[in-house]
Amino acid sequence: MDDWQDGIYRELKNAGVRQVAYVPDAGHSKLIEACRGDGEMKAIPLTTEMEGPAVLAGAWLGGEKGVLLMQSSGVGNCPNMIATAVTCRFPLLMLVTMRGEHGEFNPWQLPMGGAAGPMLEQMGTRVFRAETPESVAETVRAAAGIAFEGLMPVAVLLAQKLIGTKTFGK
Amino acid sequence: MNERANDYPIRRRELAAAIMADNPDALFIAGLGATAWDLTAAGDRPTTFPLWGAMGGAAAMGLGLALAQPERRVIVVTGDGEQLMGLGALATVAVQRPANLAIVVFDNESYGETGMQATHTAAGVDLAGVARAAGFPLVRTAATPEDARAALPDIRAGRGPVFAAFKVRAEVLPFALPPKDGAWLKDRFRRALLGPAAVGET
Repeated sequence: MDDWQDGIYRELKNAGVRQVAYVPDAGHSKLIEACRGDGEMKAIPLTTEMEGPAVLAGAWLGGEKGVLLMQSSGVGNCPNMIATAVTCRFPLLMLVTMRGEHGEFNPWQLPMGGAAGPMLEQMGTRVFRAETPESVAETVRAAAGIAFEGLMPVAVLLAQKLIGTKTFGK
Repeated sequence: MNERANDYPIRRRELAAAIMADNPDALFIAGLGATAWDLTAAGDRPTTFPLWGAMGGAAAMGLGLALAQPERRVIVVTGDGEQLMGLGALATVAVQRPANLAIVVFDNESYGETGMQATHTAAGVDLAGVARAAGFPLVRTAATPEDARAALPDIRAGRGPVFAAFKVRAEVLPFALPPKDGAWLKDRFRRALLGPAAVGET
């Protein structure tokens, strides 16, 4: 069955994305598997999100487009590297699955859930938000266009509502 | 201060010049601070991208570049302080195994930008050991000019990813600053590598 993760995958393909840097996250798990199975894409698992903007800057220097997949908590690991994208006008497309909002059970996720969007904006990132499955693909398409044509950091915040409430069995 | 490194025989600018001369066609990423000045002193090139910031990001940037340009040699030259900030990236590089990437660390056991305070390598942290443990297939170390010369062929052509750590003298040298405008450096690099269309020129 087609769902919003398939929509993201299609938009990344249409945009010509070749490098997919990520720190695993449940919300991105299906997309990551799709990218890992794609012979045209290089799936690049990271040890920290901070590596992502640097990898993608190198990709752009070499003529390839990339995307960074992460969770809202990972946004906190990135600002100094996002600054490089701003300074050098590198494109930087980030897809952020949100925690710390709708139905969050883990209080430790609340601070970055609240700060991810404002922090990205503070760093000069254009921030979009997708709340419904129907809006995801279109939002990613618009974000990719601004990132790669406008040469700037752009993030799509994928609302926790899309992913469902994480419970750890509680 | 770390006085031991004041007497190391390898001189960083001679080493940078030797690596640049040995690799006229390679793509270079230079880590912020002294290694960027070293590569500039050896001759500023359009296909060198010198970092003025993004500390800890040089190896990861080299990885993205090496994956995008698998037919070109990509050489990251950075310092011990910079690499210590990005140790995880060594694991990320090793997992990707880009055969065309070499990461070279000039290890003077000091933070040169901020007053030559000791880095962890002064206390014995072994960057080559970290790279080896991460899974780099080819790791070289050098503490003498002879060993440094012997490592050059692997930097140039070893089946990578290659990691090479050189103990270099802790010395404060005259600035040799590369251009500072990051957007311009990026376009200069892409134009030289990919042609004028890559920067919107026709």
